[in-house]
Amino acid sequence: MNVPIEPELQNTQVPLEFTDQHESLKILGFWAFLATDFLLFSSLFAVYAVYQSRVGMSGPTPAQLFHLGPVLFETVALLTSSFTCGLAVYEMRHHRLKGTVIWLAVTILLGAAFVATEISEFLGDIALHDTWHHSAFLSAFFTLVGTHGSHVSFGIIWAITLIIQLLGRGLTTITTRKVYMFALYWHFLDIIWVFIFTVVYLSGKII
Amino acid sequence: MSSLLAQLFPPETTRGMELSADVLIVLTSAAIIYVLTRYHKWGHLWREWLTTVDHKKIGIMYLIAAITMLFRGGVDALLMRGQLAVPNNHFLGPLHYDEIFTTHGTIMIFFMSMPFIFAMFNLAIPLMIGARDVAFPRLNAISFWLFAFAAFMFNISFVVGGSPNAGWTSYPPLTELAFNPGVGQNYYLLAIQISGIGSIATGVNFLVTILKMRAPGMTLMRMPMFVWTSLVTSALILFAFPPLTVALAMTMLDRLFGTDFFTITHGGMPMMYVNLFWLFGHPEVYILILPSFGIFSEVVATFSRKRLFGYSTMVWSVITITLLSYGTWVHHFFTMGAGPGVNVFFGISTMLIAIPTGIKIFNWIFTMWGGRVRTPVAMLWALAFIPTFVVGGATGVMLGAVVGDYQFHNSYFLIAHFHNVLIGGTVFGLLAGMYYWWPKTFGFKLDERQGRWFFWLFFIGFWITFMPQYALGFMGMTRRMYTYTTGYGWSLPNLVSTIGAFMMGAGFVVFVYSIVYSYKHGERDLTGDPWDGRTLEWSLPSPPPAYNFARIPVVSDRDAWWEMKQHNQTNVVQLNPNDIQPIEMPKSSSIPFLMGLAFFVGGIGMVFEWWWVAILGALGVVALLIIGSFDYNDHEEIHAETIRHTEASLGRLQG
Repeated sequence: MNVPIEPELQNTQVPLEFTDQHESLKILGFWAFLATDFLLFSSLFAVYAVYQSRVGMSGPTPAQLFHLGPVLFETVALLTSSFTCGLAVYEMRHHRLKGTVIWLAVTILLGAAFVATEISEFLGDIALHDTWHHSAFLSAFFTLVGTHGSHVSFGIIWAITLIIQLLGRGLTTITTRKVYMFALYWHFLDIIWVFIFTVVYLSGKII
Repeated sequence: MSSLLAQLFPPETTRGMELSADVLIVLTSAAIIYVLTRYHKWGHLWREWLTTVDHKKIGIMYLIAAITMLFRGGVDALLMRGQLAVPNNHFLGPLHYDEIFTTHGTIMIFFMSMPFIFAMFNLAIPLMIGARDVAFPRLNAISFWLFAFAAFMFNISFVVGGSPNAGWTSYPPLTELAFNPGVGQNYYLLAIQISGIGSIATGVNFLVTILKMRAPGMTLMRMPMFVWTSLVTSALILFAFPPLTVALAMTMLDRLFGTDFFTITHGGMPMMYVNLFWLFGHPEVYILILPSFGIFSEVVATFSRKRLFGYSTMVWSVITITLLSYGTWVHHFFTMGAGPGVNVFFGISTMLIAIPTGIKIFNWIFTMWGGRVRTPVAMLWALAFIPTFVVGGATGVMLGAVVGDYQFHNSYFLIAHFHNVLIGGTVFGLLAGMYYWWPKTFGFKLDERQGRWFFWLFFIGFWITFMPQYALGFMGMTRRMYTYTTGYGWSLPNLVSTIGAFMMGAGFVVFVYSIVYSYKHGERDLTGDPWDGRTLEWSLPSPPPAYNFARIPVVSDRDAWWEMKQHNQTNVVQLNPNDIQPIEMPKSSSIPFLMGLAFFVGGIGMVFEWWWVAILGALGVVALLIIGSFDYNDHEEIHAETIRHTEASLGRLQG
């Protein structure tokens, strides 16, 4: 399904995924979806901020709960993965399939390291009986951070299916559009994590 | 096993009404299955409808579902009015009454109005903007099936017992497990969540469709007004639904996984839910009303044979209403102790909305002024809307006045107000749109004489029903009250209100009869332009071919089709046989239906906390996403020869 955009654009620097009208429509649609996802997280942040202010009522406080070591590792892993994801798009824009796939694979590995660390953190909290049954603050914490974590996990599955499609079909208007959409999603998750790191962990340690 | 049965059939299901409903549903289902099998229609149903991605067919399915749900929600209303007709009535028990007002509100908002609006989107927008389909046809079908399966799930709660009973707003702590055991609230949470995902997808779809798929020359300020209101409605959906998603998810976590978001203990706050709910809920009322405003603009212009008066002020009014709608949510709980400063801010922001709305009302009146006004049924609904909505809007300003609200809050005054705007605005608008676009959709007109009976019964019945309720509100009758005693002076207004409600019900019966009658005997629409319309959909045959436009029109003015007719250029929509190009169209797919099914299975698993069923549903969703991702074969070509044949049979070839 290829409906080319105006012929005069064909030989310019327009990326492959934008040369097809239907595919570039999908990118706009994905931006609209990201707006809704951003509002979903905004709502969760608002909930978290309110419940964090009421933390004295029961259960542990943020300062007792958070360990900055693993959180820093998670941050470094995710921010680096955003960079490697950017490299994958860079390679894709230069029509290099191998580079695209390799950097996507690195992105997946860093994402997996992030998720694994987060799960072990959560399991550690649960082992100390700091579960989300204990207080509204803990409910909000596990829900906000867990929602982000499940987004990352979904992204990993998505990227794996993309690698299979890239290896099978090469760089076409459709596969490049899919990789570009995944990159938007991945950077978006990175931005959300920066907010989580600041609002949840840093302010939790300081206040 | 016995616990399973107890869960499926709690003791209350022995009530006669449910049993008779169950028997009726089983008999109807058996009849449908028999007819489909007897006439070998299963394959046809699957190929032409269940797997379709054609926006016109999806629109028809939305319309059928919405009318069915209007019936279901209407029966709830009549049951309630029956119960309240006389004092000390015990026709319904109190718990049963709670379930009925809950399902009435939930169904009318989420499973009647929303799909009815999406029906209008699907039936009209691609045709009005000169497009062959929506931006994401398969996603469109997924939206529909998510809604359809969610509506089905919500409705079976009534059949197997254990309906939700905490009101359509579902406020905690009443919805918390401690105060509301059983599966009823779970049905509410999961059904609204699943259909909400579909609604968000519809918002994305139509936002992109309208922004990117307009015919060449159709600038934003040349779009038909209904397309404009649909554009801002889509944007409203995108920004309004996520807070609802979060509120519902947190209630679900509280109920199913023991979190503390809205509990009274452990730092939880029920008010958190109320804020999130109305952060969605207030924009939602504009999601419900703005498409109707668009329909009225089309209908009034067409039947006055005049350009819409004040087009650009109409556009800016809807944009202003959209923006203001996000600054008003606290007016839903003025009495909850936020303090005078906060209340006054939200009171003023609420009342400000009356200004752009008033501008629109004047514009519709000025459109008719000096026009050659005709009054088919579609126009009657538009005419009836104006005084009705003015009353509803004025009582809304009364409710927005903070000090007044302390008196009106949660009284029948409020009930009368929102029915006044939701029926007088949304439902009248949707009915106007349905009568207006019916010939375009189905190729025949709905009978005008029966339509007038329907109109007058429903319209007069509406006023008889809701005007006494304003009085009842002043007299102190509160909402959700299941019975009352004599001596308050409530008996007569309640009886009058009930009589009005049954008039509306009688109108609905006439309407259903008129569909059947018109299908057999109604006037066929052979011209494609039965109303002498102004916008592009009337340049097509009725019903339009699968690909809509054999040639995409070029637009040079507002009311493009009217301008073509004025300049005798109507032949530009006809094709020259020699330059017919093949058209690529999206291919039918079973994924959307299966996606709805997977969400349904997962939802039922969550409702009953059968975790393996829930996991099965979730795996189904992920598997279908992956299968969809690997499916590159989603388009097919309609051959030039087929198009030539179709257009020739419609008499639309040149020479």
